[in-house]
Amino acid sequence: MASSLSVRRGEMSILQKLTQVNWGLVLLLGIVASVGFTALYSAAGGSFEPWAGRQITRFAIGIVLMLAVAVVDLRLWYRIAYLFYGIALLLLVAVEVAGSIGMGAQRWLDLGLIQLQPSELMKVALILVLARYFHGLTYEQIGRPHYLIWPVVLTLAPAALVAKQPDLGSAIMLVAPAGVTFFLAGVRLWKFVVVIAGAAAALPIGWQFLREYQKQRVYTFLNPETDPLGTGYHIIQSKIALGSGGIWGKGYMQGTQSQLQFLPEKQTDFIFTMFSEEMGFVGGLVLIALYILVIVYGIAIALRSRSDFGRLVAMGIMTSFFIYAFINMGMVMGLLPVVGIPLPLVSYGGTAMMSLLIAFGLVINVYVHRDVHIGRRGLADDG
Amino acid sequence: MSALKRENPRTKVFNRRAALLLGGQLGLFGVLAARMYYLQVIESEKYKVLAEENRINLRLIAPPRGRVLDRYGEVLALNELNYRVVVTPEQTGSVVQTLDVISNILSLTDGERRRIMREVARKRRFLPITIRDNLSWEEVARIAVNAQDLPGVAIDSGSSRFYPYGPDLAHLVGYVAPPSESDLTGDPLLELPDFRIGRTGIERNYDLALRGRAGNSQIEVNAAGRPIRELARLEGEPGHDVALTIDLHVQRMVARRLAQEESAAAVLMDIHTGEVLALASSPSYDTNQFSKGIPVALWNSLRTDHRKPLNNKAIDGQFAPGSTFKMITAIAALEAGVISPEQRVACRGWVELGDARFHCWKRGGHGHVDLNESIKYSCDVFFYEIARRTGIDKIAEVARRFGLGQTVGIDMPGEKAGLIPTRAWKRATIGQPWAQGETLVAGIGQGYITATPLQLAVMTARLANGGHAVIPRLTLDQINERTVTERPQQVKWPSCGVSPQILSLIQRGMRDVVNDPRGTAFKARITEPDWAMAGKTGTAQVRRITEEERRNGLRKPEQVPWRERDHALFVAYAPVDEPRYAVAVVVEHGGGGSTVAAPIARDILTEMRRRERERGDGTTRVAERPRDRPL
Repeated sequence: MASSLSVRRGEMSILQKLTQVNWGLVLLLGIVASVGFTALYSAAGGSFEPWAGRQITRFAIGIVLMLAVAVVDLRLWYRIAYLFYGIALLLLVAVEVAGSIGMGAQRWLDLGLIQLQPSELMKVALILVLARYFHGLTYEQIGRPHYLIWPVVLTLAPAALVAKQPDLGSAIMLVAPAGVTFFLAGVRLWKFVVVIAGAAAALPIGWQFLREYQKQRVYTFLNPETDPLGTGYHIIQSKIALGSGGIWGKGYMQGTQSQLQFLPEKQTDFIFTMFSEEMGFVGGLVLIALYILVIVYGIAIALRSRSDFGRLVAMGIMTSFFIYAFINMGMVMGLLPVVGIPLPLVSYGGTAMMSLLIAFGLVINVYVHRDVHIGRRGLADDG
Repeated sequence: MSALKRENPRTKVFNRRAALLLGGQLGLFGVLAARMYYLQVIESEKYKVLAEENRINLRLIAPPRGRVLDRYGEVLALNELNYRVVVTPEQTGSVVQTLDVISNILSLTDGERRRIMREVARKRRFLPITIRDNLSWEEVARIAVNAQDLPGVAIDSGSSRFYPYGPDLAHLVGYVAPPSESDLTGDPLLELPDFRIGRTGIERNYDLALRGRAGNSQIEVNAAGRPIRELARLEGEPGHDVALTIDLHVQRMVARRLAQEESAAAVLMDIHTGEVLALASSPSYDTNQFSKGIPVALWNSLRTDHRKPLNNKAIDGQFAPGSTFKMITAIAALEAGVISPEQRVACRGWVELGDARFHCWKRGGHGHVDLNESIKYSCDVFFYEIARRTGIDKIAEVARRFGLGQTVGIDMPGEKAGLIPTRAWKRATIGQPWAQGETLVAGIGQGYITATPLQLAVMTARLANGGHAVIPRLTLDQINERTVTERPQQVKWPSCGVSPQILSLIQRGMRDVVNDPRGTAFKARITEPDWAMAGKTGTAQVRRITEEERRNGLRKPEQVPWRERDHALFVAYAPVDEPRYAVAVVVEHGGGGSTVAAPIARDILTEMRRRERERGDGTTRVAERPRDRPL
């Protein structure tokens, strides 16, 4: 019944699939990542050590992984969505039980060779599992509240675990794309209104559960100048760095705030500050434009997909990507409180780079398999 | 069928909501761009300033303090390297904590901690504050090892002032000390930890010239305050060396000679140029102890010593000049015409005025004496008589012309004016009319009259140089605030307005005092040919001798308590025929001028002669000084 083209796409060889990969998007990701490499080179005072070199290696490995993820049949991802989610959830519990302590937060699972951050896995797994769940519902079913209980559980279980670590940033990065997936799947708008109103009402209660340093971050965000040598230092120095960059910047490797260590965490969370100090307002706008291009590209891919699963996966991932970029940049500009969220593709960090490229592998996968049809009740149903 | 599927409500909702999301995301990116525009374009200037303040640390570079040299370039004061540990408040989280850590290494006393905390409160936060000076190598090493526990703490090498001849020039060169709060004039140099300001003597008088100008260095620092590189440097100006007119060798000899007495002062000067070759006060002290921080006990003992070692008695000791004043009385009488050189006065040991009896120092008297004899023998009765005839106001007028009764204007702080009384002065200050008896006493340099050793030297110089109002000075160069220029070679001093005939009478009298076998200072004469000196003895009473005491016979000096003994004075110049040097010696409570003070003056002038020989037989003048002194 399906068109011959879609069947053929489903049965494509790996080589054929590689020709279908959206190389324009790959190139765009490479450009954004290169901005990161040059910034890291500058952050190290003009050296590939210790950051830029390793970041390039990770990106290279990540691209290979991304392509591998891209050419796997989309239906396989559909099939293993629950399994993947289950494993990620187990790992999160494992972190809770046996995780090593670092920075006052249990986030890492030491697997000997690599340190695995299960919350990164969960971000992808949750998008997959929600996409699969909503894929299986009709528009009418989505309209009924009791069909929403299960996906809400799927979302809140890992979010609660991550928040308990405590990693507020990652919890947001789980809940926000999930909410967007609900929204795109067609959940009625009034339900969002109810949830948001409820959340606002619960805010004072939730405040009680925040750790002291998290509360402090919010206080500091609201008025950084009250504590210029303490927690407000980051924001103040970041704003000084940005502002002093001016329109054209201080020049590559000439950022006094970054090069002289006034700017904290310049290779990770505050890399956008460093980049904009040296490249100025113009450089910052170029980087933002690159992000917009990536997002438009990703959304175009989502719209082009014939399966609800593919659309929801691609949109979920692009939404994550956007939230990452927005929160990070908003934070360094003093628009949002300091939460430990890196700038996607640019900040130094192995796990984030890997999971991000794997996620883009899924987006490209959706493009490669854009015409593959997945039945409402799974693969058997081809109607 | 596929078209139908695309048109199903889910797809429509999805597409609509995806477009909505994209729009929302673009909008939020727009917010970011607007925020960037605000920070990087609108507010950019403000943040540029803040970034510069972050990274640039202005450091003052202390200029080396100029040296003090003698007239031949011998170094009298210089800078010596020492190590100290400093803390910069803005670079350390808590000064108190840092001091706690450093206490384990250096064991700071509570007093030291209080001083440091006071300075922390007083100084700008970027300026380092000395924790301790003069560290030993071991202490330096222990602080360096613990450097990572001591943020903002650094070892600094600085210089401290060193006076190679300590006590020999203590009053003259003076010493330096950390500026007190009242010294802080806003010159940031004064706030540097090792900065020392001249407290006394030459160090104080020429402090600005010696100090130099602070340079500064703009240093780029990182967030930890660690200097990265120097951005700009403004070289300071090292302090000027100050070359004194003092001859170190003569000065040291004078200082040592005076140190043999309980308390004494002497001034040796060139009668033509006014250059002071030696100026000393005894007892003295070691100025080096001041530059390293004087122990309190030592300070207190110096301060309370009744012989006043801290005072420069050569310029601030005010003594009754006694008979050394008689030249002034004689000139006044001759000018007033109340006596002729040949006129004789009968001395029978005392003279009566009203109810009071005024005694000559010689019981039984000198018989009939003329002017020359009266100077030679220092006959008091003769001077009582001519003083009575002349009147106090005329005597005071002459005294002032010879530099008494006012500061002579030497380039040194702390000079006292002495006192030359007049009728008007007594009415104004004591509120009583002048009594004629007081004129008599004044005629022999007693009573209200006081003078400093420096004034007596100046008076003698003016008598010896033909009545030119020479002014003493201590530096070879002309120093005005911070500028040092060469002094004009020939100075024309104004005249004291005394006729040559009168002066030569006085000079003959002074010559005979020393060289006539019956002169009061004959025993102290200089036998060396061409170097005979002329002079005048003085023995000044410090308390009134009662008639009863006179009847019972005067006590021997050894029987009198030190504080009640007479001051011994002697003024002299040499060589007698072509005078060049004048000297004044005062030995406080030393006894007789002829026996105590005159030999010292002789030794000083003899030493001056020896130095002239050593440096080229009498040709030693200003011109000989090497022009290109090493900096």
